[in-house]
Amino acid sequence: MKRQILGAMAVSVMALCLSFAAEAKTTLVYCSEGSPEGFGPQLYDSGTTLDVVRPVFNRLVEIKFGTTDPMPSLAEKWDISDDGLTYTFHLRAGVKFQNTKAFKPSRAMNADDVVFSFNRMLDKSNPYHDVNGGTYAYFEGMGMPDTIKSVEKVDDMTVKVTLTHPEAPFISEVAMEWASILSKEYADHLEKAGKKEQIDQIPVGTGPFIFVDYQKDAVIRYKANPEYWRGKQKVTDLVFAITKDPAVRKAKLVAGECDIMPYPAAADIEALKADAKLKVEEQEGLNIAYLTMNATMKPFDDKVVRQAINMAINKDAIIKAEYLGGAVAAKNTLPPTIWGYNDKVEAYAYDPDKAKSMLEGAGVKDLAVDLWYQPVSRPYNLDGKKMGELMQADLAKVGIKANLVTYDWAEYLKRLHAGEAPMAQIGWTGDIGDPDNFLYLHGCGGTGKPPGQNNEKWCNNDYDALLKEAKETADVQKRTELYAKAEQLIHDEAAVVPIVHSVVYMAMSKNVENYVMDPLGFHNFEGVGKK
Amino acid sequence: MLRFAIQRVLLMIPTFLGAALLTFTLIHLIPGDPIQMMLGEKVIDPARHAALLHQIGLDRPLYVQFFDYIWHVLQGDLGKSIVTKNPVLDDFFTLFPATLELAFCAMVFALVLAIPAGVLAAEKRGSVYDHALMGAALTGYSMPIFWWGLLLILLFSILLGWTPVSGRIDLDYYFDEGTGFMLYDSLVSDQEGAFVSAVSHLILPSIVLGTVPLAVIARMTRSAMLEVLGEDYVRTARAKGLSHFRVVGIHALRNALIPVVTVIGLQVGTLMAGAILTENIFSWPGVGSWLVNSIYQRDYPSVQGGVLLIASFVILVNLSVDLVYGLLNPRIRGRR
Repeated sequence: MKRQILGAMAVSVMALCLSFAAEAKTTLVYCSEGSPEGFGPQLYDSGTTLDVVRPVFNRLVEIKFGTTDPMPSLAEKWDISDDGLTYTFHLRAGVKFQNTKAFKPSRAMNADDVVFSFNRMLDKSNPYHDVNGGTYAYFEGMGMPDTIKSVEKVDDMTVKVTLTHPEAPFISEVAMEWASILSKEYADHLEKAGKKEQIDQIPVGTGPFIFVDYQKDAVIRYKANPEYWRGKQKVTDLVFAITKDPAVRKAKLVAGECDIMPYPAAADIEALKADAKLKVEEQEGLNIAYLTMNATMKPFDDKVVRQAINMAINKDAIIKAEYLGGAVAAKNTLPPTIWGYNDKVEAYAYDPDKAKSMLEGAGVKDLAVDLWYQPVSRPYNLDGKKMGELMQADLAKVGIKANLVTYDWAEYLKRLHAGEAPMAQIGWTGDIGDPDNFLYLHGCGGTGKPPGQNNEKWCNNDYDALLKEAKETADVQKRTELYAKAEQLIHDEAAVVPIVHSVVYMAMSKNVENYVMDPLGFHNFEGVGKK
Repeated sequence: MLRFAIQRVLLMIPTFLGAALLTFTLIHLIPGDPIQMMLGEKVIDPARHAALLHQIGLDRPLYVQFFDYIWHVLQGDLGKSIVTKNPVLDDFFTLFPATLELAFCAMVFALVLAIPAGVLAAEKRGSVYDHALMGAALTGYSMPIFWWGLLLILLFSILLGWTPVSGRIDLDYYFDEGTGFMLYDSLVSDQEGAFVSAVSHLILPSIVLGTVPLAVIARMTRSAMLEVLGEDYVRTARAKGLSHFRVVGIHALRNALIPVVTVIGLQVGTLMAGAILTENIFSWPGVGSWLVNSIYQRDYPSVQGGVLLIASFVILVNLSVDLVYGLLNPRIRGRR
C-alpha cells in the first residue's frame, strides 16, 4: 500500500512537472521605438509599423534572414515568362491562417487569398479598396499601380501576375510588407458582420505570432502561433513595449525590463558593450548619406568642380565627430551590403590642396554658396547640423564660403525636390535588396528632365540607358555588370558626394538567442529564443 | 451666485472658439502636409499627391475647411485621424485616462508637500527653513522636466533599483477589459501584486510632473500665509489664547487658501503641458505624447481635436475653480 501511495505521488509530481513544462511561459520583450499607425500591412510604409505587422504575416516571397536575397515563402516556386511580363506563383499547400478570438479559419491559404490581397490595392472596385482610407502608401510609392496589370487565379494553388513592363526587381518587391497575404475568408467574415475596418485593426495572417492586444502607445502583445508552417517558436509570448526615448530604452534594457532594444544613441554604445549582461550587435545599414551639388546651377554644371568637392570633404572626420565611429565612408551611391556593389570604383581621396587647384583651374574663385543641412535626425545622418559645420570647414579650406541653411523637414524636402538647393545633405534607406532601389534616385528616365527624387538634378542618358537595360534583364549576372558600369559612370561624373553608410546597432540581453540583424533594417522575431 | 455661474459658462464659448481657431491656424501654418510627411525622402507623382490631398479634403480653401470643421465639432464629430484612420474622439479617450491619472497623482503629490512647506516657510520667515524651502522651490520650478526625469530614472531605477524605469504596470499584468485608469483596474482585478506594480510605476512620473506645480503652490501658499498672518483677526485669535495649531491651521490657512485655489486651477494647464514631456520620458501612453506625434505627422484632425479637448478640459477645471472660489469667498459672488 505504502509503495502504491509513493508511486501515485511520484506520478502526480511528474505530471505536475510536465504540466509546468508545457505551460512554461517565455516572453520576449522588445522595447520598440514608436507606436504603429495601425495593423494593416498594406496601408503603411513606416519601419515602425512594418515591424509590428511582420510577426503576423507572410508574403509569397520573403528575404532570407540576414541577407537581401529573396527566398520562397507562401509561394513554393515561381516561373517568369521569357518576355518578363508574366509571373506564375505556385503556392505552398497546407498553410493555415491563424486561429484567433475574432476568427476561426475553415480552410488553408489558397489562390483566393493572394488575389484578394493584391486586388484590394489594385482594383478600385474591390469591396475593401476604400476601407480605412484607400491609400496604399508603399504600394503606390513603389509605382506598383503602374507596374502590375492584373493578378488572376489560375487554379486553387496557382496565381498569375501580369506586368505592364518588364521589372527585374519584381520578386524582391513582392517580398515587401505591402505584399503580405491576408485571409479572404476573414475579409468575407468581417464584411458579413459589418466590421470591414477591423481588417487593419485586428490582423489575421499566416505568420509566426498571433496578434493578441494593443494598448495604444504602450504595449503590443502577441502569442506564438502553434500551427505555424515554418515550425514552432522558441518563445510563447512576444511583447512590444513602446519606449520612444533612446535613453529610457537603454535604462529599461539595463534594468532588465526588456530583452532587446533598437536604435541606441551613438554615445551609449560603449557603455552597452561594457555591460556584462548585454551584447550589442551591429551591421552596416542599407543606407547612404550624400551631398548634392545642383548640376543645373553654376559652377556645379562643371564635372571638374564636382570632382574637386568630392576631394574636399573629409569623411573620416565626419565619421569620428558625428557618428562616433559608427559609420563607414561611402565611395559609391550603393551600400556595400547589397549585391551589385562595384568595389573596383576608386574613391576620391581627401586632398584639399588638389581640390583647391582643380577649382582654380575651373575658374572658381571666391565662391559663396548655400549648403542645406538636414533639420532632423535620420538613420543615415544623425546630426545634420554637425555634418554641415564640418563640411563648411572643409569647403573653407578650398576657398568656398558655405552658408549653412535649413528649413522645416517638409519644406526642406519640397524645395530640394524642386531643385532649389545649390548644395544639400540628403540620403536614402533601402526598401528592398535591389540595386535599382538606390540607383534610380539619380536617373532621369532618358527624358533629360530630372524627376523630384533626383535631388542633384543631374541627367545622363548613358546612365539612364544602363539602368533601363538592367531593370528589364532577368539575369542577375548581367544586371550586376550593368550596375557596375552605372556606378563607375556616376562616380566619374561625380554627380554627388557619397558621404557615409551608417552602422545600425541592436542592443540585447545575453540571454537572447538566434537574433539575426536584418540588412534591410527590419526587426525579425521569428525563431528568436531566450536562454 | 447663479448669475455668476451663467456668466462664467457663457464666457466659455468665445474661449472655446478662440482655441479652435488658434489651433487650426497654427497647425496649418507649419509647412508640409500629411502625405509629404508620410512619404519622407520618397517622391510620388504630383497628380497622385493632389488626388490624395483631395481624398482627405485638404485641397479645399482653408476657411471652408475651418467652417466645415467647426460645423462637425458642434455635432460632436471631431473627424478621423489621417494616420490611424480611427475617430479622433476614440483615440483621445483611449489615452486620456492615463494622462488624467498621472496629472491627478502629480497634483496630489504637489499639494501634500507644497502646502505644509509654504506654511512652514511663512511661519519661520527669514529663517534657514524659509530660505531652504523657497530655494528648493525655485530650483524645482527651474528644473527642465527632461533632465529631471532622466536623473530620477538613473538614481531610483538603475542605481537603487527601487522603481521601474517606465510604463504603467509590469508587462506580466494584463487586463482584458479596463477603464483605462490603471490604479482602479489593478485594484479590482484579481491579479496579485497588480496594484502595487501600478503604484510603483506612478511614483517617478508623478514626482517629475508635480515638481513645477509644487514649487508654484508652495511659493503662493507662503506669500498668502504671510499676508494673512499679519491680519488683525489672527492677532485676536492668538490673544484669545487659541492653540498655535488652531491659529495657523484653521484661522490663517483657511483664508490663505483662497488665492491658492486659483493657482491650483491654473496649474492644471501647466500639468497638461508638462504631461507632454513627462509622458515621453516615462513611455506613459497618454494624450501628451500622442499630440506630439500627431504634430510630427501633420495629422491635422488629431492635433485640432486633441488641443480642443484639452483646452475644454482646462477651461472646465478653471470654471469649477471660479465657482469654488465664489463659494469660498462671499465677497466675490457678492460683487457680481
